[in-house]
Amino acid sequence: MRGLLALAWLAFAGMTVLPAAAQQQRPESCAACHLETGDERLANPVKQFGEDIHSAKGFGCVACHGGDGREAGMEAMDPAKGYIGKPERQQVVQVCGRCHSDARFMKQYNPALRVDQVTEYATSVHGRRLREFGDPKVATCVNCHPAHSIKPPSDPRSSVHPLKVAETCGRCHGDPKYMEVYKIPTDQLAKYRQSVHWRLMSVKGDLSAPTCNDCHGNHGAAPPGISWVGNVCGQCHTVQAEFFGKSPHAKVFAQMGVPGCATCHSNHDIQEATDAMLVLADQAVCAGCHAAADKGGKAAADMRALIDSLGGEYDKARAILLQAERAGMEVSQAQFDLNAAKDALVKARAAIHAFRVEAVKKEGEPGLEISAKAYARGVRALDELQFRRKGLAVSLVIILAVIAGIVVKIRQLDRRS
Amino acid sequence: MAEETLDRQPTRRGFVNWFLGTSAVAFLLSVFYPVGRYLIPPTVAESTAGTVRLPFKADDVKPNTGQIFKFGNRPAILVRTPAGELRAFSAVCTHLNCTVQYRPDLGHIWCACHNGHFDLNGQNIAGPPPRPLDPYAVNVRGKQIVVSKST
Amino acid sequence: MAGSAKPHGRLWTWLDERVGLAELEKVVKKKEVPVHRHTVWYYLGGMTLFLFMVQVATGILLLFYYRPSAEEAYESVQFLMAEVEFGWLIRSIHSWAANLMIFTLFIHLFSVLLLKAYRRPREVTWLSGIGLMGLAMGFGFTGYLLPWNELAYFATKVGTEITGVVPVIGPFLGRLLRGGDEVTGATLTRFYGIHVAVLPALTTLLLGLHLFLVQKHGMSVPPGAERAGGGRRTMPFFPNFLLRDLVGWLSALAMLAALAAYFPTELGQKADPFASAPVGIKPEWYFMFMFKTLKYLPSYILGIEGEIVGVVGFGVGGLFLLLIPFLDRRTARGEPSPLFTWIGIAIILYMVALTYLGYTEVATQ
Repeated sequence: MRGLLALAWLAFAGMTVLPAAAQQQRPESCAACHLETGDERLANPVKQFGEDIHSAKGFGCVACHGGDGREAGMEAMDPAKGYIGKPERQQVVQVCGRCHSDARFMKQYNPALRVDQVTEYATSVHGRRLREFGDPKVATCVNCHPAHSIKPPSDPRSSVHPLKVAETCGRCHGDPKYMEVYKIPTDQLAKYRQSVHWRLMSVKGDLSAPTCNDCHGNHGAAPPGISWVGNVCGQCHTVQAEFFGKSPHAKVFAQMGVPGCATCHSNHDIQEATDAMLVLADQAVCAGCHAAADKGGKAAADMRALIDSLGGEYDKARAILLQAERAGMEVSQAQFDLNAAKDALVKARAAIHAFRVEAVKKEGEPGLEISAKAYARGVRALDELQFRRKGLAVSLVIILAVIAGIVVKIRQLDRRS
Repeated sequence: MAEETLDRQPTRRGFVNWFLGTSAVAFLLSVFYPVGRYLIPPTVAESTAGTVRLPFKADDVKPNTGQIFKFGNRPAILVRTPAGELRAFSAVCTHLNCTVQYRPDLGHIWCACHNGHFDLNGQNIAGPPPRPLDPYAVNVRGKQIVVSKST
Repeated sequence: MAGSAKPHGRLWTWLDERVGLAELEKVVKKKEVPVHRHTVWYYLGGMTLFLFMVQVATGILLLFYYRPSAEEAYESVQFLMAEVEFGWLIRSIHSWAANLMIFTLFIHLFSVLLLKAYRRPREVTWLSGIGLMGLAMGFGFTGYLLPWNELAYFATKVGTEITGVVPVIGPFLGRLLRGGDEVTGATLTRFYGIHVAVLPALTTLLLGLHLFLVQKHGMSVPPGAERAGGGRRTMPFFPNFLLRDLVGWLSALAMLAALAAYFPTELGQKADPFASAPVGIKPEWYFMFMFKTLKYLPSYILGIEGEIVGVVGFGVGGLFLLLIPFLDRRTARGEPSPLFTWIGIAIILYMVALTYLGYTEVATQ
């Protein structure tokens, strides 16, 4: 009985929503007048809305602005009919959230879409400032998803497409004048554009590379706290994060109150990590805390030596195999086996984040062995090449002998004639 | 040669002829030796034109295991899914070219270098790999497994 | 020389009765080669012939392992180089002998041009020679693609694009050559067919004619040597000249072996139609002067596209070269013809200079 009642209630609730959606699909009078006025401010929303995802899904002006689109004149915009005009900054989140926080409603259009944006927004710096101070400058929904031309993030034209996110955030965060009152840096966009992550995304077209929202969250945008910045990076850089978590640095950094990854790699302008970072020279990251004489300094030097020797051995083996291959020798099996040394090098580099020499040694040593073997095979292949040259020498001697014989014969012939 | 030994000149000519003949034979040998060796079929029977006959039998690959094999110059991985199906992919991780492996405990393909995960369709499902692994076609002829580039 | 009276073996007699060796012997014995200060140039034709024979032999050997399809060509060559014993040697010799053959062919051509050996009655010999040059270049162009590597792929792409520039029939010719609108596996099969069947057949015919005519007319004595009263002295073709030829051939073979051992032909990367063109694609060196000329031409000459002017220009140039025996009236009358000597020298200098530029200039585009 109870179940039946619940079912009936569900059906009723669904009915109340459905006609509302259907109502929007009837022709609306708004567009006619707004286009006729000739005032760009009034006409533009109508023009842009044609490409908006909401328009594509059958929603019209009334869905957000209220009023009655069936009325032909100004009566359509009667506040008594729910007309709200341009929503106030405070109002925007409610207007959007009316549908977007309603799981049952959203399910009709995109069951996979999350419905917690409003909740998340409340936790963001934007949302908190809006709620607590009524800050008129903070971003609401429409600042990132421009009203009237909202497109899904998968659409390359969308303001929230992975390639566009940085630009969208940077419109405010990269504007020193706009951000002046908050006294926070505005160089994030410029720095991010220098980073390996942006290069990956923009040059290599790898859209899974992180942009602003991958680290800061999107609707709940806030700076990652110092204690959990490692977790954020570790989303992708799992192995390094795992090593780092067990390393002596993890505890010390936490005590010192400095972030894990970002202390060495910085945050917005993260560059490709190179072996050159692992030294004690002036600019190197280790030198900030360690000197050559202390325990950490020695470990750094040892780890660097290990990585360098592995890298060197690998390059040496690769070079000789390439040389042999160029000379036409069959070394593909050796080259194949050498791949494992490259693996070891990559793993050893990741193991640096344990900040223990043994960890690097454990990953790197098999690579040294493999490289040495591959190198030996390269040497053997080149020896075979020497053999070819000996064969050549023999055949050249024979050819020369024939030539000499013929020359003598020619002389004899000439002498006789 | 011996017929005209009394004459100095013919002896010399005879020597030249002998020398020329011998070296000509040696020359022909030095030409035909490589040609002969060239014509003998090499031990590896066929060129690896996008098809590889695997050095292990279909029965040797147990369900929920993977095997790395050489596909041209690059590693590839043959996986028998827990359901018993054979699948092959390029074993070169799309992130930094490490060689991936099969993790029976996870039931999918995993790259040890940066913890990249690929499902049994080769799709990158977690970690840094930006692209799926290239799939290859697997055919079983009798007990023999033949992997080829799927086109 | 020992006369035909000297008894041969029984085998000789047996064969002579059936094949007519004595007549052949008479012909060979009768053949004489004039001796003068330009005799050395007579060896180049024979050298080219020898290198062509090397090409035939190594080419047949390569056929045993080569597979003419986009999927397998590169792999089969790789297999040949890596697994087949002495495969590297055969392929390297085939590639090096091709280059040397074109080189000696050019020298042969220019020596004939400068020594005016094309004059009456050897006009047809000249025509067939120019034809053989075209065939040799065709061999080079089609053979270059067969390993299906990156460099060959893009060089062929550029090469066939140039064909498309020819007015009126160009686009059709380009399509015909490529076996479609793009360089694909269809082009490879086509080039393969041309390289191993069409061109060899044509070459056999033309070469037969060429050699027959050389045999019929004998060696031409240069007008200069003739006027100086030379050319009276001769040497028997067999065995005196042939033995000297043999020395040259063996030297060439030794050189080929050394080149193959020290500079084996590389294979490079497999062709990928979707990859971007590698930096500094170069055609084979004997096409370099044309390639470079087309690069230097301004984009428009008198309102016509520069490339079209270049291609048509080379066509006219080739026709001119072909018709030289009929254009050079002075030589035909037996007078000295410095104009054509200078034209020959100018062509040589032009080709050398442009080829040099092609290899020294830094590839920027």
